[in-house]
Amino acid sequence: MQLIPNIIFAILLGVGVYFFASNVKKLIRNIKLGKDLDRSDQKSQRWSNMIRIALGQSKMVRRPVSGFLHVIVYIGFIIINIEVLEIVLDGLLGTHRLFLPILGKAFYGFLIGTFEVLALLVFVSVTIFWLRRNVLKIKRFWNKEMTDWPKNDGNYILYFEMVLMTLFLIMNTTDVHLQQSGTGNVISQFFVPLFQNISFEGLHLIERTAWWLHICGILVFLNYLYYSKHLHILLAFPNTFYANLKPKGQFPNNKNVTKEVQLMMDPNADPYAAPAEDEGEPEKFGASDVTDLNWVQLMNAYTCTECGRCTSVCPANLTGKELSPRAIMMKTRNRLEEVGRNIDANKGTFQDDGKQLLGDDYITQEEIWACTSCNACVEECPVNIDPLSIIMDMRQYLVMEQSAAPQELNAMMTNVENNGAPWQYSQMDRLNWVNEE
Amino acid sequence: MITVPVMADLFAEGKEPDILFWVGSAGSFDDRAKKITRAFVKILNKAEVNFAVLGTEESSSGDAAKRAGNEFLFQMQAMTNIEVMNAYNVKKIVTACPHSFNTLKNEYPELGGKYEVFHHTQFIEQLVKEGKLDLSDAKLDINTITYHDPCYLGRANDEYEAPRTLLKSIKGTSLVEMKRSRNNSLCCGAGGAQMFKEPEKGDRDINDLRTEDALQTKPDVIATGCPFCNTMMTDGVKHHKKENQVEVKDIAELLAESLGL
Repeated sequence: MQLIPNIIFAILLGVGVYFFASNVKKLIRNIKLGKDLDRSDQKSQRWSNMIRIALGQSKMVRRPVSGFLHVIVYIGFIIINIEVLEIVLDGLLGTHRLFLPILGKAFYGFLIGTFEVLALLVFVSVTIFWLRRNVLKIKRFWNKEMTDWPKNDGNYILYFEMVLMTLFLIMNTTDVHLQQSGTGNVISQFFVPLFQNISFEGLHLIERTAWWLHICGILVFLNYLYYSKHLHILLAFPNTFYANLKPKGQFPNNKNVTKEVQLMMDPNADPYAAPAEDEGEPEKFGASDVTDLNWVQLMNAYTCTECGRCTSVCPANLTGKELSPRAIMMKTRNRLEEVGRNIDANKGTFQDDGKQLLGDDYITQEEIWACTSCNACVEECPVNIDPLSIIMDMRQYLVMEQSAAPQELNAMMTNVENNGAPWQYSQMDRLNWVNEE
Repeated sequence: MITVPVMADLFAEGKEPDILFWVGSAGSFDDRAKKITRAFVKILNKAEVNFAVLGTEESSSGDAAKRAGNEFLFQMQAMTNIEVMNAYNVKKIVTACPHSFNTLKNEYPELGGKYEVFHHTQFIEQLVKEGKLDLSDAKLDINTITYHDPCYLGRANDEYEAPRTLLKSIKGTSLVEMKRSRNNSLCCGAGGAQMFKEPEKGDRDINDLRTEDALQTKPDVIATGCPFCNTMMTDGVKHHKKENQVEVKDIAELLAESLGL
């Protein structure tokens, strides 16, 4: 009988971890639906970026208020998780505060005290986050893509964190032994009076309830990640590691086009040559669906935590255009998840659903053509997401596969083709400026 | 009088310049940008730089075509230009257009065009450092200059200092930063081939918003280093009905004026 709590705990833990692991598997499967892209070069630069940007939060603090609060929540999250290790072991072994005798009263008290202070700070920070979203109504949380699920998701995460921190503090407050020992209860001692008329058994019951709810809450939260924008707490690391290291203005040259152009310009090429054998399907230019994007772009979509810093600096969005770089990432993720579900439902192969990422269901042409390619969104993203690369791949598809550029751009391109300038001037007049004053 | 050597002529004489001046389509054809081109040549002449232009052998860099999604046209342009430049054994290029600068520097190498490429502000700064251009007498009677960072020079290629160093070296003026500057700068609205099309529907135009940023510094001159930014900001100043108080100038123009060229 005594082992029943241990068994229940082990089962809960096993189920929680199992579901999380199977969702991570799905996540990786979905990201791998993207095209290959080799980002295995410059390892030391990549590690340094990851340490600086993801671990060190260097881009977060470009906005001091939200950056500072985020750092508190981030540090709190990491450090308080050390306590989760003890909780898990206690749960499995049926012990209570297993680390206390091992670490000694003084050091253990110091650790628990630190966790308590952080728990309070996290609670306060998260409350400020909630106020910024819902009371101050900071604009980037109220763009039109931030309704329904994205809006609720943002708040649910904050509620989760508030509840977990509260449970953690209640657990310590009602732990009579901890309170009597007088160390580590730096914060919780002030809540003791709230529970003063409760019997020892009553306190124990509250403590146990808070303990169970806390660890169950953590397991639920862990499994919530896959469905939420909160995945950034994991993906920020690989995302910054595999981010583009080239100058932001350098857009990749399409290798298939290079081959064709080289052939065209080669005076020795046989114009009547039959295509080489086994060429297969001609490669599609650009991207119209998630499977045309590369895996880094798809990982970007899962990493996006919808903070909207990109959109708040986008010149197109600031002037009321349809384009929002955040929405580009959100739609990419939504479509990718839809494709993933389609594959799951059809025994592992995608069945055409008549939809595409580029089109009326997700990203519209109007959004794609509103971009000035200024890189403000890329520069701003705290975890180095690159919405611009998706926009440019879609332009390539629209122009090279669909001939669907806006009229004026077609005229510009015709001029470049005919007279080597975007305007209709003769190439022979290129030096006229020398004699004009 | 300006002296503009042409590559083909030098080649015929068996000479090779130290650097190619890539004029760019805007610098060759746009009436406002042509003045920038001439101002920059005056500086090159003053510093006795051994340069040449491609003249009628130059063609669109392909930047606008690439940003508009026409990768095929871009690569055609790039490879054609590369053939011409490689035939002339070009090693160094300077250009007053950040769009040409970016594509020549970053996107041409993979296609066979490997050059050392400078934006004109970087090149002029180097001339000053090497003692080939003396800015100690550079003086202008302008109170306040604000500098607008072109996206393809700034964020795209991390060059924020060269233009500012040059502007600060002109005596009699002070440089005032806009609230959004350097890597936080706001685009003028022309990049990504927007220069050649009407904007999508919205509340206002981007150049109007960016000019508002600039006007908040109460400038006499809005300086920039890009012919497209110049057009957009000039239109923006007109939109705000400030064309009688505020001028939009390229750094090359300001420097040429400050040296009495």
